[in-house]
Amino acid sequence: MAGSGSAHLRGDAAVLSVENLEVEYHTAGGSFKAVAGVSFDLLPGETLGIVGESGCGKSTTGRAVLRLDPIANGHVRFRDETIETASHQRMRELRRDMQMIFQDPVSSLNPRRLVKDIITEGLAIGGQGAKERAAVVPELLEQVGLPPERFAEMSPRQLSGGQAQRVAIGRALAVRPGLLICDEPVSALDVSVQAQILNLLEDLKSKYDLTIVFIAHDLGVVRSFSDKVLVMYLGKTCEFGDSVEVYERPAHPYTRGLLDSVPSPEVEGGFVGPALQGDLPSPLNPPSGCRFRARCPMSQDKCAVDEPAMREVRPGQYAACHFPLV
Amino acid sequence: MTAGAIPRELGVENAERMAVATPQVSLPRKRLSILVVFSYVWIALIVLLAVVAPILPIAAYDQSVGAPRQAPKFGELNTLLGTDQVGRSLLSRVIYGAQVSLVVGAVAGLSGAALGTVLGLLAGYFRKGTDWVITLIADVLLSFPVLVLLLAITAIFSPSIPVLVVGLAIAGTPTFMRLARANTMAWTSREFVRAARNMGASSTRILIREILPNVVPSLAAYMPLVIAALIVAEGSLSFLGLGVPPPTPSWGGLISSGAVDLRTAPYMVFVPATVLFLTVFALNQGGEHLRHRFDRNLQD
Repeated sequence: MAGSGSAHLRGDAAVLSVENLEVEYHTAGGSFKAVAGVSFDLLPGETLGIVGESGCGKSTTGRAVLRLDPIANGHVRFRDETIETASHQRMRELRRDMQMIFQDPVSSLNPRRLVKDIITEGLAIGGQGAKERAAVVPELLEQVGLPPERFAEMSPRQLSGGQAQRVAIGRALAVRPGLLICDEPVSALDVSVQAQILNLLEDLKSKYDLTIVFIAHDLGVVRSFSDKVLVMYLGKTCEFGDSVEVYERPAHPYTRGLLDSVPSPEVEGGFVGPALQGDLPSPLNPPSGCRFRARCPMSQDKCAVDEPAMREVRPGQYAACHFPLV
Repeated sequence: MTAGAIPRELGVENAERMAVATPQVSLPRKRLSILVVFSYVWIALIVLLAVVAPILPIAAYDQSVGAPRQAPKFGELNTLLGTDQVGRSLLSRVIYGAQVSLVVGAVAGLSGAALGTVLGLLAGYFRKGTDWVITLIADVLLSFPVLVLLLAITAIFSPSIPVLVVGLAIAGTPTFMRLARANTMAWTSREFVRAARNMGASSTRILIREILPNVVPSLAAYMPLVIAALIVAEGSLSFLGLGVPPPTPSWGGLISSGAVDLRTAPYMVFVPATVLFLTVFALNQGGEHLRHRFDRNLQD
């Protein structure tokens, strides 16, 4: 499993279309592909959750879409623009339309600036004057649930993680982006705060009709938030489909394993199912054929030879596996 | 995160409940040590004396006030610290010497800091070739003993205050460059820089608006230490006869001219040396204190 292929793409209707994306990192130990042929697309107003273990390349994918990490191969199309060949100047303009929210809210705010300056930064870069910016500060803060009179003059070190993340969301939305990439936006927050931030994102999503890529390792968070879900493993795609379908009836053994590793609410239960065996293999020397085969309970000889491609296993649900669970 | 009595997180629907006054958290204040207090008082005193020197009731620094080689004695202001070989007031010369030493130290320190910061920012932000070239320059400068470098500069150009300032500024640059570069690299990897780039900010804007304000405090806190080192360097040069040309006094020059009579009139060396020592010591103490207070990297 864990293969390539783009059978699950939906063509020209998509706002964002990523095809066979590859991102290479060069380290002292050699070069490796952190993302090795990932494809996905998003229809307008859709939310796509990208899940996977740490190190599977999901954050790298998010950054590469904005070309914050260099694209080694593949195509990224946003509306009518080809991202991988856009000029530096054009890219600067395009990025304003594709905003990102980061994992560490405190590190994503400049400690030497005030909240009111941070939240209007995108407008300042866009050339708006100080007066116009000052006028929109209250509105921007209010829409992320922060009373302006208290928070406008604060510095980031006075904020809690949740408040800082609200400021980061406000900053991203101030430039009215068409696409929002959330890179683990709640994993650094307390569970109670997570829920508030997710509710806020949910509200803003319907208010501004946002198209969102939601990257997370927390399956529950993705399930509650996404329309579609993409499961990644070691730089490859495993499964793509409607989030309810994928969660209810996973077709890929890796998805099954991920869902089974969620702690069970029963006292006696431990985990929902058997744990995945072993660790993520080194991306410097990935297994031949299917990258998941070393840890897969259903692995057979064919898996070591042929890399599986994405194919439809049920209507609307795609998996890259020779022996899907159907 | 500091603790507060107010619930930190409330949903959007509860937003108005958060509209209360900012919680006031008083930080535990550390008491200043006596040495730090003394240091600030001493620096303030020296700076004040240097500034108001022309209106003080003391003789001009190049004017004879009595018999040469008088030991310090109480009673008369001009001979309070004694006189030099030609009968000029040591008190006056030490105070006017403070002007020269402080100005040379501060101007050279500031110019070195400005130049070093710019180079360090560029090297730390752009990395690659820029970094390689700038680091190479800094390494070359650092591998020269400072005194030899200054000797070479003053030997080529005749010694004067501007030449001295330029030489000392060059000597101070690599230290600041390294500090700025290291800080820039740390701050550049922060996500707010990525966020700014993602807002379409240019590299110039990111460097000036995002990174520089974070780098400056740690550099500024380092400033007194460098000024102290530069004052000593100027003293060493003057001692070697390559400093500020006479009759303009500088602390190093005073020590140098007094050294001839060290055996018979030790106070001629002792007085300026003590003032130089106390000032450098105070600058170091103050700088260390500032560094602990303002260098965020030490705290978080």
